[in-house]
Amino acid sequence: MEEINSLLHGFSVALTPFNLMLMFVGVVLGVLIGVLPGLGGANGVAILLPLTFTMPPTSAIIMLSCIYWGALFGGAITSILFNIPGEPWSVATTFDGYPLAQKGRAGHALTAAFTSSFIGALIAVVVITFLSPVVASFALKFGPPEYFAVYFLTFAAFVGMSKGQAWKTISSMMIGFALAAVGLDSVTGQLRLTFGFMELLQGFDFLIAVIGLFGIGEILLTLEEGLAFKGANARINLKAVIETWRELPRYWLTSLRSSAVGCFMGIVPGGATPASFMAYGVAKRFSKDGDRFGTGQVEGVVAPETAAHAAGTSALLPMLTLGVPGSPTAAVLLGGLLIWGLQPGPMLFVEQKDFVWGLIASMYLGNIAGLIVVLTTVPLFAAILRIPFSIIAPIILVICAIGAYTVHTSMFDVWLMLVFGVVGYVFKKLDYPLAPLVLALVLGDRAESSFRQALLGSQGELAIFFSNGLVGTIMTLGILMLVWPLVSAALARLRKAA
Amino acid sequence: MFRNLKTGALVALVAGAALAAAPMADAQAWEPTKTVEFIVPAGTGGGADQMARLIDAIIKKNNLMKQPMVVVNKGGGAGAEGFLEVKNAKGDPHKIIITLSNLFTTPLATGIPFNWKDLTPVSMMALDQFILWVPADTPYKSAKDYVEAAKKAGPGKFKMGGTGSKQEDQIITVALEKQTGAKFTYIPYKGGGEVATQLVGKHVESTVNNPIEAVSQWRAGQLKPLCVFDDQRLVYKGKVTETMAWSDIPTCKEAGVDTDYVMLRGIFMAPSVTEEQRNYYVSLLKKVRETPEWKEFMEKGAFNQTALIGDDYKAWLQKEEQRHYQLMKEAGFLAPGK
Repeated sequence: MEEINSLLHGFSVALTPFNLMLMFVGVVLGVLIGVLPGLGGANGVAILLPLTFTMPPTSAIIMLSCIYWGALFGGAITSILFNIPGEPWSVATTFDGYPLAQKGRAGHALTAAFTSSFIGALIAVVVITFLSPVVASFALKFGPPEYFAVYFLTFAAFVGMSKGQAWKTISSMMIGFALAAVGLDSVTGQLRLTFGFMELLQGFDFLIAVIGLFGIGEILLTLEEGLAFKGANARINLKAVIETWRELPRYWLTSLRSSAVGCFMGIVPGGATPASFMAYGVAKRFSKDGDRFGTGQVEGVVAPETAAHAAGTSALLPMLTLGVPGSPTAAVLLGGLLIWGLQPGPMLFVEQKDFVWGLIASMYLGNIAGLIVVLTTVPLFAAILRIPFSIIAPIILVICAIGAYTVHTSMFDVWLMLVFGVVGYVFKKLDYPLAPLVLALVLGDRAESSFRQALLGSQGELAIFFSNGLVGTIMTLGILMLVWPLVSAALARLRKAA
Repeated sequence: MFRNLKTGALVALVAGAALAAAPMADAQAWEPTKTVEFIVPAGTGGGADQMARLIDAIIKKNNLMKQPMVVVNKGGGAGAEGFLEVKNAKGDPHKIIITLSNLFTTPLATGIPFNWKDLTPVSMMALDQFILWVPADTPYKSAKDYVEAAKKAGPGKFKMGGTGSKQEDQIITVALEKQTGAKFTYIPYKGGGEVATQLVGKHVESTVNNPIEAVSQWRAGQLKPLCVFDDQRLVYKGKVTETMAWSDIPTCKEAGVDTDYVMLRGIFMAPSVTEEQRNYYVSLLKKVRETPEWKEFMEKGAFNQTALIGDDYKAWLQKEEQRHYQLMKEAGFLAPGK
């Protein structure tokens, strides 16, 4: 009950007119940041951080975290409308969100995405409110082998869910791993696969790859199909919102599962990106409509969005209690805490009650503010699809180029983006999935360093990955996921034979 | 080789301050005419990033500069991305960069074509300290106890966690090993916060975190400091925990494991900028160091507040480069051809 008192106290801190205004300003800025590819939540918060230095810390964190919620919401918009993920965690949202938009149901997809995001966040905040001490100590159990096991499970879930063409998924993933290996080897401290090109020493940035593979690739495909833009008949009224809300309760189980995946990955902290992919994979496996995922299922939007938002929210918990950021944006917020004179870590909950509970209360309020803002914009965004493709395509191209340039302020990245665009086009023509490549590019580096850290610690013994109940369980789950297609195929054959 | 670095530096500081006072008068002749880009050759959230963002915040809050400033992270290739950009921006007075020890270690370990002499040194802001940390509930009473236990366990049995590979944390580990004969398995992580958490979770036996990276866990009674890698104790006497202040931590020399290392937090500009342009930033940063916000940050992170400019700074850099070369050579960390 102590939590309830603290929370009510938090609401009294957060609920001032000034803070409420900051919330709405933050959410609107965040949505804009999320919509522009390249300008990610982390960059946005970093740019706006200095603006908050003159505010009291609680107001500052309320505004910045609302930018963060806004960016989480906004990432879904371009994924659904143009197949361009504005943020890493919205890649999985494109799988069903974009087909929905092409069918003229962009409003439904957006509503489903926003509402699920809200539900995911809400569940995560409740977890933070009541379980933070327990959860924080759980996160301490994660060393290198446990981290590797989590990444392995994510990859395995992805391979396991691809039906009939597992080898295509695996080849695509391997290309992603190869790209992720370029740059500095974090374990030996040496450069590899850069072939003497100084531009390659920072490796291939995920955002450049995604903007190229999805955004440019999609434009090339549409050009080939004669500039037909299929979303043109999108309805632009708020009725889509009501219709979607009537449909959503059907997917309560998916929402719950995705929230669980999201909270787990956020706290560990694995991050929102693996959470969204894993939740999509899990939903596809367990849903009775699983076979039709990828063709424009509302459920296929619900799963990744719920998980991404749950993970993005719960990622703030390890940051506050342990001082370890669960996401790049959380890392920038962490820098902010220090500048306001607050030291993140175990003492924050004890010494800065106003701040911590004010922040937690603002998570509830900020997400409600976010939902209101984004839902009212649904018709507006859906209307963008009515603009003729010959006008919108050059605009998208320019936004993509600016986005790619912003990541490292380098022209090289813009060329790289175009190359990735061609690669994306070829992949689609040959019917290879892009998502595994992207997933491997995002997580490959982290999976590799956890693997090698674990083996350094065990002096080369692979048994470390089964050395305790926690890591053993996650690894076993991963292996089961990986071989599941083989097992189910064998079972089916047996049944046929009998 | 590890000794007397700082005593010299402090003497030089006093002399340097006196010398610097003269050109300060006409330093205002040049001023930035557009946005100044402040490059951090490391990721977000780390020590260099925090300091850069704090400097940016202090400048904005106190209106120390008319033009805006943006902080940009260019941490690719252990900072090589940022260093090469400034190196290639010849004569551009609107780019400054903050450095950490990767100014020396990255070119030596990777062989990228870069040396600190390719940049224009502006000002040393402070030196960062390193402390040997272990979980609070371990029985070790001193650094000596701990090292003896590591020796007894056998070579490579004790794990030392640190940030990055072939960078400062690993260099200190190797130096400690050479001094004591103990042998650790070094595990590289991505950032200081992660390292501290891994130590609390006992996934490694010890770390050499900077004070600011582990202070919160120390205050929460999860970690304890064994010794500071410097030749004199920290000067901050205010109580950090109920019983201890920073100044109560013995030096590693006192603790019988004589090793010392401090890390540069300094500012550089592009090559071939004019004397006037350099002087502008020298006086700007001096004003930053005089603010109460800066002093508070220094105390919170238990920094060594040595600040050098001009020839003293250059001489210090020269000496440090030599030292890093020696250390890395002995550890076998040099890239082929270096």
